[in-house]
Amino acid sequence: MSEAQEAPRMPDETGVPDPMLYMHPALKKNYGKWAWHDRPRVGVLHHVAKSGDEVWTVKAGTQRQMDVHTIRELADIADELASGHVRFTTRSNVEFMVTSEAEVEPLIARLEAAGYPVGGTGNSVSMISHTQGWLHCDIPGTDASGVVKSLMDAMFHEFKHEEMPNRVKITTSCCQINCGGQGDIAINIQHTKPPVINHDLVSNMCERPAVVARCPVAAIRPALVNGKPTLEVDEKKCVCCGACFPPCPPMQINDPVHSKIAIWVGGKHSSTRSKPSFHKLVAAGIPNNAPRWPEATEIVLKILAAYKAGGKPWERMSEWIDRIGWPRFFEVTGLPFTKFHIEDWRGGRNALNASSHVHL
Amino acid sequence: MATESPKTPLLDQLEDGPWPSFVSGLKRLANDEGKSYAPIMKSLLGQLEHSYETRKGYWKGGTIGVRGYGAGVIPRFSEVGDKYKESKEFHTLRIMPPAGMHYNTETLRKFCDIWEKYGSGLIAMHGQSGDVMFQGVSSENVQPAFDELNELGFDLGGAGAGVRTSMSCVGAARCEQSCYDEAKALRMVINNMLDDMHRPSLPYKFKAKFSGCANDCVNASHRSDFAVLGTWADDIKVDQSEIKKKVAELGRKGFNDQVVNMCPTRALSLNDDDTLEIDNESCVKCMHCINVCTKALSVGDEKGVTILIGGKRTLKIGDLMGTVVVPFHKMEDEDDYEWLVDLSANVLDFFAENALEHERTGEMIERIGLVNFLEGIGVDVDPNMVSHPRTSSYVRVDGWDEEVEKWNARKGAKAAE
Repeated sequence: MSEAQEAPRMPDETGVPDPMLYMHPALKKNYGKWAWHDRPRVGVLHHVAKSGDEVWTVKAGTQRQMDVHTIRELADIADELASGHVRFTTRSNVEFMVTSEAEVEPLIARLEAAGYPVGGTGNSVSMISHTQGWLHCDIPGTDASGVVKSLMDAMFHEFKHEEMPNRVKITTSCCQINCGGQGDIAINIQHTKPPVINHDLVSNMCERPAVVARCPVAAIRPALVNGKPTLEVDEKKCVCCGACFPPCPPMQINDPVHSKIAIWVGGKHSSTRSKPSFHKLVAAGIPNNAPRWPEATEIVLKILAAYKAGGKPWERMSEWIDRIGWPRFFEVTGLPFTKFHIEDWRGGRNALNASSHVHL
Repeated sequence: MATESPKTPLLDQLEDGPWPSFVSGLKRLANDEGKSYAPIMKSLLGQLEHSYETRKGYWKGGTIGVRGYGAGVIPRFSEVGDKYKESKEFHTLRIMPPAGMHYNTETLRKFCDIWEKYGSGLIAMHGQSGDVMFQGVSSENVQPAFDELNELGFDLGGAGAGVRTSMSCVGAARCEQSCYDEAKALRMVINNMLDDMHRPSLPYKFKAKFSGCANDCVNASHRSDFAVLGTWADDIKVDQSEIKKKVAELGRKGFNDQVVNMCPTRALSLNDDDTLEIDNESCVKCMHCINVCTKALSVGDEKGVTILIGGKRTLKIGDLMGTVVVPFHKMEDEDDYEWLVDLSANVLDFFAENALEHERTGEMIERIGLVNFLEGIGVDVDPNMVSHPRTSSYVRVDGWDEEVEKWNARKGAKAAE
């Protein structure tokens, strides 16, 4: 017995847990048997099953990076008012399910009183999907949590109201790897200077051929500095993407002044109406101005206001711009159009206007 | 000294405003005197404030894991650990959530108890790959924390050059638009790849995501190597009396503007009697009209999936959307789910054998061409795989007649079904 206890515990390789063990009973009962849904108010979904069962879902925003007190408070609310079950969305909203309409208002009141805004449904601006930043990432140019908090404060009304033409999905990313993903609006770090190399450390810390291979524009080559093998960067070729930094930390790409913020618009994941699309650069050179990022926030609000005023019902950001054209987009947002907006990456000709269609 | 909270004038500014503040949460933990995590979080707040002052991050990676696995723990050592000692090791455990991210409160409370005991008390629900991220644990506590989470029925997720944690939409659990059992598909596909998740040796990461329809609520098309999207092969279901109600609600102009004219294939037409005519052969199952008319229109009965391969973000050749490799496969019985598992295993094997180091599936396909990839995984070409046929004449077509025969044979076999 004692020998068995001394054997190290090996993992129980159980894989992805079965959701049925954790699911709200009404969802479990009607799994795969739903008939229709509507949205009785902002932040509330109402689903009706073929059995006639009804479920109201109340959606609330969270800070994603949650302390145990926050999670226990959400659990308390679920125990008191939502049968002890919740689910989370991909955008870190939390959803509480109830089976009668009368339970909806007390739940909303309780969540709002505890500081969790109810909203994020339909044609609202939902929570920003974001990355780890200075809190935990090893390569971040900014702190996504802080950017997101600042933006969500500024867009609070839009989270709690469905006043946009269609849903608005916003993302932030702390480097150009863009873990936050495509968005109707994306707020991402864009470096503007080549990496600063600590030649004393490269040979010990970096697998040099792998770093050379990582560069998208073949700007990195092996070199000798002070008799030590290292890497050097052809600064004329370098696009300052930072791809060399993760595999080679002595090639520091982050800079308190030169790591700027860029804003992109028109990314869309769904195949609804139009095919999925990538977001496009609209503004760059924006200061990475912690702790409140006012300059980036102002531009995001400007874009949102223009979309809200000009978009037709159900048009996503990209579809609105497809209709009005890029000249009008830059006009209504007041953003400058520069040579940097013109694509020169592979396939770049596809981004040029090969027609007589012009917006005058 | 250990009980003193650092001054955080910059972070304090993130406590203002109506949105829930992560800084307030960090401070609550730092101020929990007597708890083992309080000094860690005081120290962490100090380092984070330092980041805000200097606008730089101070974490570096390393090698930390749990017994039996080669991935799933994100090591973080502080580069300024001499100043912020209690948080100098601040690793993350990536834990796979139940498919669809459903929880009971008992589980959430146990998560909190475990993380209060071993870690920092800070948990992200969820990371961009879908993991529950238990953030902030010392090297020494990684193993016991994992052991308790594992005893609770949870397993480590993916990291590095391996299969990553997956996500599925709410799907069949609470959505009438669901076209297959997303959670079941996710669990069958991913649980068949656990060796490549937990002991990874792939060329680079491999992600799979599962959305129940074209609305793609988990962003599978762009954010996964293996994207499974629900669809259907027969007609949209119409309740004409509900259509009439919708026309009355929106007005004819409103209905035409918001429903008919937004159909991407011009497959809709409003009849003079306010019923809807649908050209189902032209419909691409984009979901728009069904999203607008949730009572009047619904997905068909012959449900199944479309599979896109190769979505990814920037590094290294630029963004790629996944592209269609399986236009349609029905998802009705166990055999269909087994087919999906076999296909995913096949794609993963081909990727493992043929991709270059640090190359994603999309980049591999761009390098070798879609046709070579299809031949490698044993899938026939189909016009649904292209936006349009080739426009360049630089191609050798001296095997044309054999290819035509294959096409005719496939068409003949299908007609005989």
